[in-house]
Amino acid sequence: MLTLAIFAPLAGAMVLFLIPERRPMLIRGVALGISLVPIVFQVATSTEFDATGGFELVESAAWIPTLGVAYIVGVDGISLPLAAMTALVFVASIAYPVDLRGRPREYYALFLFLECASLGVFLALDLFLFYVFWDVSLVGMYFLIGGWGHGDSARRAGLKFFLYTLAGSLAMLLAILGLYLSMEPNTFDMAAIIDAQPLGATGILPVLVFTGFALAFVVKAPLVPFHTWLPPAHVEAPAPASAILAGVLLKMGTYGFVRILLQMLPEAFQRFALPLAVLALVSILYGALVSLAQGHMKRRIAYTSVNHMGYTVLGVAAAAAALSGVERARALALTGAVVEMVAHGLITGALFLVSGSVWRRAETYEIEDFGGLAGRAPFLMFLTAIAAFASLGLPGLAGFVAEFQIFVGTFGVFPWIAGLGLLGILITAALFLQMLQRMFLGARPQRWDQWEPLSRTEAWALSTLLAFVVLIGVAPSWLLEVIHATSTAIVGP
Amino acid sequence: MRLGDIAPELVLLGGGVVVLLYALAAPRRLQAGASVLATVVLAAAAVRTTTMLDVEETLTFADTYAVDGPALWAKLIILGTALLTVALSTRWFASDPRRGELYAILVFSTLGAVLLAGATDLMQLILAVLLASVTAYVLAAYHRRSKMAGEAALKYYLLGALTNGGMLYGTALLFGLAGTTTLVGLAQNVEPATGWVAATAFALVALGLSFKVGSFPAHPWVPDVAEGAPAPMAAFLTVVGKVGALVALARLASVLPADTVGWRPLLALLAAVSMTLGNLAALTQEDVRRLLGWSSVSQAGYALMALVALQRSELAVPALLYFLLAYALANLAAFGVVVRLRGLTTRSDYRGLARRRPLLAGALALSFLSFIGIPPLAGFAGKLALFAATIEAGYTWLAVLAAANTVVSVGYYARVLAPMYFDEASGDFPAWDAVAGWATAIAVIGFVVAGLGAEAVLDALVGLPLLPR
Repeated sequence: MLTLAIFAPLAGAMVLFLIPERRPMLIRGVALGISLVPIVFQVATSTEFDATGGFELVESAAWIPTLGVAYIVGVDGISLPLAAMTALVFVASIAYPVDLRGRPREYYALFLFLECASLGVFLALDLFLFYVFWDVSLVGMYFLIGGWGHGDSARRAGLKFFLYTLAGSLAMLLAILGLYLSMEPNTFDMAAIIDAQPLGATGILPVLVFTGFALAFVVKAPLVPFHTWLPPAHVEAPAPASAILAGVLLKMGTYGFVRILLQMLPEAFQRFALPLAVLALVSILYGALVSLAQGHMKRRIAYTSVNHMGYTVLGVAAAAAALSGVERARALALTGAVVEMVAHGLITGALFLVSGSVWRRAETYEIEDFGGLAGRAPFLMFLTAIAAFASLGLPGLAGFVAEFQIFVGTFGVFPWIAGLGLLGILITAALFLQMLQRMFLGARPQRWDQWEPLSRTEAWALSTLLAFVVLIGVAPSWLLEVIHATSTAIVGP
Repeated sequence: MRLGDIAPELVLLGGGVVVLLYALAAPRRLQAGASVLATVVLAAAAVRTTTMLDVEETLTFADTYAVDGPALWAKLIILGTALLTVALSTRWFASDPRRGELYAILVFSTLGAVLLAGATDLMQLILAVLLASVTAYVLAAYHRRSKMAGEAALKYYLLGALTNGGMLYGTALLFGLAGTTTLVGLAQNVEPATGWVAATAFALVALGLSFKVGSFPAHPWVPDVAEGAPAPMAAFLTVVGKVGALVALARLASVLPADTVGWRPLLALLAAVSMTLGNLAALTQEDVRRLLGWSSVSQAGYALMALVALQRSELAVPALLYFLLAYALANLAAFGVVVRLRGLTTRSDYRGLARRRPLLAGALALSFLSFIGIPPLAGFAGKLALFAATIEAGYTWLAVLAAANTVVSVGYYARVLAPMYFDEASGDFPAWDAVAGWATAIAVIGFVVAGLGAEAVLDALVGLPLLPR
């Protein structure tokens, strides 16, 4: 079932090329239908999911036994919600109208290809397979940014994104080989490595392996000072690709922190937990402050991603800070971090889609150019407000559930860092409220008098994402139970 | 000593003579028949080699020639490359009234590379290098009126003469040390105490072979030939020498004492310089063929990593052969696209290719992605095996450098891919020759399948000894 969920989009991508190019709406419809397939499969699998904390629904097949490579996919309480979120954000992004530049088949095929890669990263249980999906996701995103971005600078931004993350991923490849060679017999099987814990904390090898992985993940997440690829990539990408980049691809980095560093190298992670928490704190504050200074809507949203990924890494670092003791706080922080990944994916995905709607109507992203849109676009304002409030952590919405747990958990481990990190929430509140006020309230410049209301597709796509944001905010227990089972299993009883 | 042991070589030798006689006798309008004959000869040699794969490995002709796994697999890669090269050549050379001879020389050049892969005697090795080189100069300069081809061939020849001389000198030193030129004899007779003489000798032979490999320090011919030689020949020359000479170098290194001769650090150094130099030089190229030439230098550097890991990692030999297979196919595909587009080679001319000719653009993109090592293409499994072997051999720094180089290489590949995919075409892309298109397609399918089915290939390669006892 999981295998089908991963590869159905890839097969669908090929089907798209059978449709003539001059029927873009049909192509979009088919692509949308295909992107629903993973959701169907995931809903079907989740009925068999027991939330035992370990890996379930594992499917495996031999692939390259000579190198210890196997095809293994499966889920636990962390990857299941992430995969579900991924599928959902993809549906919304594919449905979203965008300037196709006369190449609809290529555009939607790349999206479906990217969906296959993203689901694969979260569901793979073999490091080799994980790496394969991780790397091909770069290729897909590179072509989306370069081919459908905003002009020439898009290509530079795409290349910068590719080079940064490829540098990180090659560091990861070497680290993977370090883990692989320390296993006896050599294997890439994640579950086996988690059981065996082949590297302790002493010696240079665990430090090198840890550094290799950490480099890949902080670049991908990204944390300050490795974030410089992110603003141009987000700004130049077409809005649905930005939604995927922020909503899904960034999560690969934070997911790696949990799945690989926390589970496979806990002893090395413990030594680096404090420095990493400090780095996360810097990202929280720096991301929020820089975001506040941006007059460009997309750039502003992009920097809030740096800020939110800071929360997530802070939660993971708190969970890693000790090998025993304060289990409850650490499990709570880890659960919060995972909820934050899901919530941020949905919220930021929605925010970037909103920016796409704005661009389609105004061809500008400068917040200063707008004003008083509430009168022309009340529903757009309503949806934007939900997303913005969720992002700044208003109770009753998904962001609050996540950040509350992260901070409560972190207080038990690093009280000072948690205290300072709260400032980030304050700044985020300011920057979102300011953006809402400038764009939707006040006097409306005359040029926006003909502002088109949201189309039905736009409204549906945004509403679906935000409905889950509200659902997680109001009744989070179904999600928390699933995640918490695994986080307690990871940090110890 | 059985003649059957060298059956593929005999087929090539006899077949080459037949092709040559045909080319001399046939009238101009029938010159194309030579390509058909050459195809038959090469295919027959390949089939004969395949039947030998499960024969017991042995040294033959008084220990001067090996019939073993690495030799046979290298032969298959070389013969396959030659076959695809013939397919790329048919239309390219159609206007050349004397094209029949080209195919004869191509067959002899293939024979030279094949002999390199099997040689276990230094004299035999020199003969193979000379045969492969002399024919290669002709192939590079086959466009007699092209100044660029002439320049490339002349540089190629001068560099070859120099490095071959060094190789002869090194062989003489080794003969003086061991009293024999067979590798078996060297393994027994080279005293560890005579380290520095042996080290010098090895360095000189390595210099000579690096000419065929196209790696530092004898690399300067590669970009010139890639740019100036007829494109199908450029594809051929950048591949076959690498395959044969790397196997030969691996054989020689593995019989010399590693501690005193110090071949491991020497080869690591050559690998490091080759990959770095090739990548940095490729970054600013405006000519796609020249870019492919520099990229070939860097790929030679990666391949040398496998030699550094000899005897320390079981993966060394499989990694080498698999990587060479991946490289050969991707390189043929890339040059195949150039041939199909009638030699279109300036970077900016590729603008918008993806809109007009998506299949060709896709082939070029896939081959570049395989060069970079993006999974699941064959280049990835090749690099992975190389990295694993190098780390296992204790040369982590080399693997880190190779990874860094891989990042750099994205820069120049993207410089071609980005305009190809993101720009609008300014005109049409005249193309010729469906045969070249099919050959390109076969190469692309080859490296995609080899990547997806890496297990089957690696499984066949693991545990191959370099010298049968």
